[in-house]
Amino acid sequence: MSVPTTAAPPAAPHHGPPQGFLWKYVFSLDHKVIGKQYLGLALVAVCTGMALSWLMRIHLAYPNLVIPGLGRLSPNGAPGGVMTPEYYLSLMTMHGTIMVFFVLTTAPFAGFGNFVLPIQIGAEDMAFPRFNMMSFWVTFVAFLVLVSAFFVHDGPPISGWTAYAPLSAVGKSAGPGQGTGQLLWAISIAIFCVGQLLGSLNFVATTLDLRTKGMTLARMPYATWAWFITSVIGLIAFSILLPACILLILDHVAGTSFFIPSGLVISDALQPHTGGSPLLWQHLFWFFGHPEVYIAILPGFGIVSQILPAFARKPLLGPRVMITCMAAIAFLSYTVWGHHMFLSGMNPFSATLFSVPTLIITIPATIITLLWIGTLYGGKLHFTTAMLFCIGFVSVFVSGGISGFFLAQPSIDVYLHGTYFVVGHFHFVMGVAAMFGIFAGTYYWFPKMFGRMMNETLGKIHFVLTFVGVYCVFMPMHYLGLHGDVRRYSAFTDEYMKGDIPLHRFITIAALFTGAVQLLFLYNLARSRFRGAPAPDNPWQATTLEWTTSSPPPFDNFGGHHPVVTHGPNEYGVQGQAGDYVMQNSPEQRPAGA
Amino acid sequence: MSVRVERMTTPARTGVWVGIAAIVLMVAAFTGALIVRRTEADWIHFRLPPIIYINTLVLLASSATLERARARLAAGSHWLAITLGLGLVFVVGQVLAWRNLAGQGLFLATSPSSAFFYVLTALHGLHLLGGVAALAYLLGRVRRVQGVAGALDAATLYWHFMGVLWLYLLLLLTLQL
Amino acid sequence: MGKVFAVLLTIITIVSAAIFIRHTWWMPPDISLHGVRIDHQMAETMTASGILFVLAQLVLAGFVWQYGDRKDGRTVKRFPGGATPMVAFASILVGAEVLTLTLVGSKVWAGIYQSPPDSGSLRIDVQAEQFAFYFRYAGADGAFGGTHPDLIDDANGNFFGLDPANDTTARDDIVAGSLVIPVNQPVLLTMHAKDVGHAFYVPELRIQQDFVPGLVIPLHFTATHTGKFELVCTQLCGLGHYNMRAYVEVKTPEEFTQWLKDQAAQQ
Ligand code: HEA
Ligand code: HEA
Ligand code: CUA
Ligand SMILES: [Cu+2]
Repeated sequence: MSVPTTAAPPAAPHHGPPQGFLWKYVFSLDHKVIGKQYLGLALVAVCTGMALSWLMRIHLAYPNLVIPGLGRLSPNGAPGGVMTPEYYLSLMTMHGTIMVFFVLTTAPFAGFGNFVLPIQIGAEDMAFPRFNMMSFWVTFVAFLVLVSAFFVHDGPPISGWTAYAPLSAVGKSAGPGQGTGQLLWAISIAIFCVGQLLGSLNFVATTLDLRTKGMTLARMPYATWAWFITSVIGLIAFSILLPACILLILDHVAGTSFFIPSGLVISDALQPHTGGSPLLWQHLFWFFGHPEVYIAILPGFGIVSQILPAFARKPLLGPRVMITCMAAIAFLSYTVWGHHMFLSGMNPFSATLFSVPTLIITIPATIITLLWIGTLYGGKLHFTTAMLFCIGFVSVFVSGGISGFFLAQPSIDVYLHGTYFVVGHFHFVMGVAAMFGIFAGTYYWFPKMFGRMMNETLGKIHFVLTFVGVYCVFMPMHYLGLHGDVRRYSAFTDEYMKGDIPLHRFITIAALFTGAVQLLFLYNLARSRFRGAPAPDNPWQATTLEWTTSSPPPFDNFGGHHPVVTHGPNEYGVQGQAGDYVMQNSPEQRPAGA
Repeated sequence: MSVRVERMTTPARTGVWVGIAAIVLMVAAFTGALIVRRTEADWIHFRLPPIIYINTLVLLASSATLERARARLAAGSHWLAITLGLGLVFVVGQVLAWRNLAGQGLFLATSPSSAFFYVLTALHGLHLLGGVAALAYLLGRVRRVQGVAGALDAATLYWHFMGVLWLYLLLLLTLQL
Repeated sequence: MGKVFAVLLTIITIVSAAIFIRHTWWMPPDISLHGVRIDHQMAETMTASGILFVLAQLVLAGFVWQYGDRKDGRTVKRFPGGATPMVAFASILVGAEVLTLTLVGSKVWAGIYQSPPDSGSLRIDVQAEQFAFYFRYAGADGAFGGTHPDLIDDANGNFFGLDPANDTTARDDIVAGSLVIPVNQPVLLTMHAKDVGHAFYVPELRIQQDFVPGLVIPLHFTATHTGKFELVCTQLCGLGHYNMRAYVEVKTPEEFTQWLKDQAAQQ
């Protein structure tokens, strides 16, 4: 094992290289393997979620289409291959849940974070490798529990990813899927919270305690900063959602009434519950839910801030401002949850109270966007696929962020709440921007993870088609919303919405096209994994520590020695020994004039 | 083995602090829910089963014995074993308290007040069992290896927190139920 | 590659913006007293953020077009002035915009949701249930009968759980499946749900409000145009959510009185 060199390294976890397949690949304690496992889980989840979105889109545009095989998969939900309206809602619930929890929390945060963060700070592993391993497997179990809802008699729940009570709490009298399916949903999310709490705890302790010599907070790479901030948000958010889920589960199985008020008559039966508060669920859920969306996007901010300078060959503009703004967003994210509840029947006075911090968030968000755009100014842009996805990220984040600016005003949300405008908004920021962060991270770190380069030509085709595709899918949703088309509708049978069905068809075709383009990405992944060109240690001439070690890195990341950090991560566009950049652990002096 | 450097914190200590933060938030969420729910008409007021005051003493005593265990680590691990025993006694005491309530006809679903009693004490109990597991692990290691001081430090911090959390819950439950 | 992207982004930006500007899809004409102020707020926000949207996208496209690596050995340029002036400028610009919109917008909001209903309002009791709305008018005595959840019996038309046998005020209550209201008269709805959460949304009326089980939520507005409009449910309430709707019929006062009489006679 590692022999201490001159610089005594911080306490590192004491576990040797694993022996045997099971310990090496399954119950591995190695953060790199765990990171890959998370990414693998996210990949399975995203493919499931994407397939669900195809089925949803097909149903919205062509409700009577027979989908071959679907009837076999779900005889109740799609008799003869034609989806029922309630099956649409089931798929939608699962789509939203899978995407938000099992893709956008796992991939950008737990996936890339696990793989990259310890290396970027020069550590051998996470602070608590056992917790880390448990975190993944707990999350995995949560995924299995969720997916098992497809196979129970009544199918998955139909109450959306927000699971508003009492629809979600009273059990199967409220509709198909609201019995076992909804219970599985709540259990799955509760388990998921435990997994993410373990993960977040690890990230915080690792970043605080395991930084190598010279890795001061000021020299920490931006992605690490983002993951660190995200883990703090995650710790708070999941600590709130877990109790909420426990109470929901109890309402389901133990007959308590935390969220179920008195005097409900459901399916002609007076419910035995008394005194619960449906708004309590909404408050708890959104107190988690809004920070959760920043959990999804902040790692993307970090990844973009890391990758843009590397391919613009110049330092990130205003790095300290960037970190301050990310922290400000994280802080503010806890003060705005009520913007999802303007029309929920809470005290209307509080609408203004929640609207103001929501609008204030656009200030750090604007600054961050401008710092990225300013970083591009005067650079020598190398349009690698990773870079293209980062630039695309900026564009779609602006689009989605600006539609958030409409929703943040109660006086406009009166009209837009509950319409496709909201769906357009969150798909741009979350379904596309955060997803672009994942893509950028994949194209950027794939060589480090697998020691092979990804195919750039395929990558660029993938980018261009996806970029155009997502604008065709999600921009029109804003138009639908402006016209008053309601979200979570299985069909558009109202007079004023009927006229919009052609636009829905357009969206469906664009979505199927965009989905098909993702097959290129999957092919590229699979092919490059086995046939890609061998990757050098530092293919992108980047400065951070992960590029100082071999691709892929050895078991203990730095082959027994401990890097000593002498520079910040931002030394691009300077005269260094290696070229126009200086690595973080380079012994050379900071060049003059930089 | 890599060598430890003297730092302000160890990962174990940081980890416990972060864990404490998470638990505090969780309890805050429950407290919030309790306060919202308390205003409804179906809230039944009841007296806490007296045994929980004895449990409280047991738990406080265990904090003291743990401090002693830490001070006398070199002399042997029996104080650690005593602490662990007290922890288990507390858990058993909790189970007795639940049975007492059930005997009065107060079940989980009877009233939100009883529901909160069960949920909060169960939550605390589960976390306490985590602490018991940590003590048991340390007890196993302290005999065989040296250098568990850091881990014992962290476990002690957690254990004291369990005591503080219990006092808070006791206060909350006596005032609100 | 940079140039391809820049061109694509420019096209996307222009097409997206053009569709907004030309109102190809837009809000239906407003028929409410308060709606103009919402439409005004919408237009202001659309203009301000539309300009920022186009600017941000086009500058991004422009930089990508301009600064692609041409391998001519050019050194990189710093952003003029560094981050500070830009940050200050952005904070002030966006800060001012946020401030103005909040000042105006919170008045618009308060005017709808925080103002007391007009004392001469027509009060209508609304119940939402899976998957229908029911509307109750007080009838000749001007008083609403009490509701009893245990008496609710949809099969016999007792949607609200009225008790006409013992409760005299309940006897003349008029229950309808459409929301019929007189034009230009303030209307006060008292909204409650029978089973799960629902919502009340009439795009033309520029109004939306959730029904929350266990709560009675007041909502008031005034319609200024006669006609027949759709009321839809915007809160996910179960399998028939998409099918939960009713008509809002705005009638002249005479027509409305006549309608009330007809209803009373039928019941
Ligand atoms: C990654 C996820 C993500 C992100 C980053 C955001 C970011 C923001 N969101 Fe969004 N939001 C969601 C995910 C996200 N949201 C989801 C999932 C929902 C729906 C949940 C559901 O109901 O199912 C939702 C719903 C939602 C609502 C509730 C709507 C409703 O139900 O009625 C609101 C209202 O305030 C809102 C506001 C905002 C704002 C102001 C931001 C801001 O942070 C955006 C800031 C960014 C910018 C503004 C762009 C950059 C700036 C410029 C280019 C400068 C110039 C621009 C201006 C000054 C306008 N969001
Ligand atoms: C991350 C979040 C995410 C993502 C990516 C998507 C992707 C898509 N979504 Fe989804 N959607 C949600 C989150 C997301 N959605 C949520 C939260 C809801 C609300 C549910 C509710 O109301 O309860 C929703 C609801 C929702 C609706 C509204 C349903 C309704 O209100 O009736 C629709 C309708 O068209 C839709 C469509 C689509 C389409 C066509 C895609 C896609 O097809 C677009 C194409 C896909 C991609 C561009 C990504 C592919 C990525 C990869 C293949 C690789 C990833 C790599 C690694 C993991 C390494 N979604
Ligand atoms: Cu009622 Cu949706
Ligand atoms: Cu939000």
